[in-house]
Amino acid sequence: MAILIDQKKKVLIQGITGREGRARTRLMLDYGTKVIGGVTPGHGGEEVFGLPVYDTVKEAVEAHGTIDVSVLFVPGPFVRDAAIEAIENGIKLLVIIPDRVPIHDTLTIVALARRKGASFIGPNTLGVISPHRAVLGMIGGRIETAREWFRPGDIGVISRSGGMTTSLSYYLTRAGLGQSTAVHIGGDAVVGETIPEIALRFEADPQTRLMVIFGEIGTTQEENLAQAIRAGKITKPIVAYIGGRGAKAGTRFSHAGAIIEGGRGGYESKVAALRSAGVHVAQTITELVETARRIHGMEVGNNQG
Amino acid sequence: MARLYEYQGKAILARYGIKIPRGKVIDTRNELVDLLGEIGLPVVLKGQLWITGRKEKGAIRFADTQGEAEAALSDLLQMTIGKFRIEKVLVEERIDVERECFAGIVIDDEKKSPVLIFSPEGGSGVEAKGGVSRVIDPLKGLARYEVVELIKSAGITGRSLTSLSGLIHKLYSIMREYDARAIEVNPIALTKRGDAIALDCHITIDDYAVYRHPDLGIEVAREFDRPPTELERIAYKVEAKDYRGTFYFFQIVDQIPADGRHIGFHGAGGGGSMFSMDALVKEGYQIANFCDTSGNPPASKVYRAAKIILSQPNIAGYFASGSGVASQEQIQSARGLVKAFLEEGLEIPAVIRLGGNMEEEAIRILKESLSGIPAEVEGYGKDDPPEFCAQRLKALIRPGLFHKIRPFSLPEPFPYGFETFSGILSINHDLCRNCDHKGCIESCRYGILKLEDGVPVLALDPELVKKGRCIECLACEQFCHFKGKKAIRIILPIPGLSEYRERLIDGNTD
Repeated sequence: MAILIDQKKKVLIQGITGREGRARTRLMLDYGTKVIGGVTPGHGGEEVFGLPVYDTVKEAVEAHGTIDVSVLFVPGPFVRDAAIEAIENGIKLLVIIPDRVPIHDTLTIVALARRKGASFIGPNTLGVISPHRAVLGMIGGRIETAREWFRPGDIGVISRSGGMTTSLSYYLTRAGLGQSTAVHIGGDAVVGETIPEIALRFEADPQTRLMVIFGEIGTTQEENLAQAIRAGKITKPIVAYIGGRGAKAGTRFSHAGAIIEGGRGGYESKVAALRSAGVHVAQTITELVETARRIHGMEVGNNQG
Repeated sequence: MARLYEYQGKAILARYGIKIPRGKVIDTRNELVDLLGEIGLPVVLKGQLWITGRKEKGAIRFADTQGEAEAALSDLLQMTIGKFRIEKVLVEERIDVERECFAGIVIDDEKKSPVLIFSPEGGSGVEAKGGVSRVIDPLKGLARYEVVELIKSAGITGRSLTSLSGLIHKLYSIMREYDARAIEVNPIALTKRGDAIALDCHITIDDYAVYRHPDLGIEVAREFDRPPTELERIAYKVEAKDYRGTFYFFQIVDQIPADGRHIGFHGAGGGGSMFSMDALVKEGYQIANFCDTSGNPPASKVYRAAKIILSQPNIAGYFASGSGVASQEQIQSARGLVKAFLEEGLEIPAVIRLGGNMEEEAIRILKESLSGIPAEVEGYGKDDPPEFCAQRLKALIRPGLFHKIRPFSLPEPFPYGFETFSGILSINHDLCRNCDHKGCIESCRYGILKLEDGVPVLALDPELVKKGRCIECLACEQFCHFKGKKAIRIILPIPGLSEYRERLIDGNTD
């Protein structure tokens, strides 16, 4: 098991004919993702790497039956329409790669997804990878590196930073700890699935034994995670690092979500909330990986004993 | 978030039929005299600043006579609070206030929805005064009755219920039309007659949607706690029209002292950048600027970022470091940096941590291409932590060696050429005729060039190439520079940078 994606799910690429769409379709195909085709209006009838391109999602669904996942590579201003099209055509999971999606567009997608029982990762995400099974988006870069950096295992990785999703997974791999799935939830202030929501998915996933999380200043995700743990909804052990210790209020460091607003979302309050809920909060990445290894060893020991 | 001034916000409210005090934004005494002739006395004069708590800071004055008004205006126009100077003053009639309320709509990241907040008591510290709130469904919008229910639950009745709900109901329409991140009217004045009048207004616009609102005249759609610097404006223009990857830049220190402690910082990815800056700070350095090129930017974007970072005089070193295991093609970063460093004839040391996708090739490009410049440049990969790289930079920094600003002027294109997404690729075919290998053609992974009559020419439809088929990876130019006849010139303009550097060199750093 893994969460969100495996080698059996049927995947559509919206914006397949663009620069990023093409390059990442290659990665997904090579890695084993079951990509069935793509959509770019005006390019219907073309092929990309032998995959059919359709003008509409509807045509893709007619040709292939139910589609499980759509990965969006359309530019930010066009994301809202593309996402609505996917959800209206019955696709239940969207991965929205582009950044600079207007926040009210994201809110509209959230509201529609709730009505239709769909969910989405992003916007502004590198994607999701279930090592040696399938990848969605651009995580891992090229096929060789994606295979080298991510290894199958029982650690669930959640990160608000794309680069850190990969770095953390690589350092875990190097320490002998493979991953069930690694999820970059996206750097925006409002994202489809937040840290606690992904944590709940890992909680329900039998393969995942331990979660490793890269959080950041801004938003209330880490506080809400702490709340979910205290409420008993999440029981698996968690090791976390919170970025942005030295940031001052009102300054944004790249991620639209990484800003302390109105006294909320500061470093200290996040760390305090997580620690009081029993999360191991590390000060450096080295410490994070070492702590993960230690706890993982204890978990494996417990289960065997 | 891009902020609007009070007077801009109020103009929008007025367009929606919300009552605001009569008045005008001015910056001269003559305008004041004319205005007083129109609206009479007493008046309130409000310095237009992007800060809260203006009253306590003295940026809001009350005047009962023309003399008081003139004195207040002259005071305000000379006033600076923090880094903000008052440039405009909003002068308005004084309103007889019976009661003050607060209303605002913010975006709640936990509920993933807009949330309307109302408090029957206005003024500062509203959160403490226990307001009421309601989640708005973006697909349904906000209905008038929902506003009535909400504010009635906070004790508003009678004529005020009608006038207030009318005003608040319009706020959500404004939020949607202008893509606001937040809209806040505090206070809303209720008059004796029960009219609701907006006395103040804060609107912030979503950075990612500014392109939909050219009428707002927002110059730099970024969160700043001060007006953007000129260099930040130049950087923003690079990013504004180029959607390939992200380039984010701001200055932390604007007048960098030549003390050997300030570093030009070039990160990749928000999370990794934070880490990397922490490592520099731990070594006792100060970060001159924040910069992030990520999301798989082409070499041209990384080049422009480097040129902007290197427009900061007196930095003692250049530190590029991201998450360390990047999915983006690190050769793009390497080539962008190489072009910039070569042009600059870089002297200060640079440590470049290019871990991740294609890191071996990226590090090799740096090593091979930069051996001829005065600066010491070291390249590292994913197994070299930022702490180690920061120590390397420390070891390379030379006392008394600071970055000097050179003039920046675009070279003339060679005779043959075509447009790329953000520049011009030009070739000197006379030089090509003496070149045997034509490796420029193979160096291009995108098949842009082909051989015709023994010289490289465009192989594709020029429109396609201009739209982005040539991603500006700079591979052909650098191949030709090091192994060919230096016959390829890729010209990548950075509007405003040349003039900016001229002024720096002339000593006018304003």
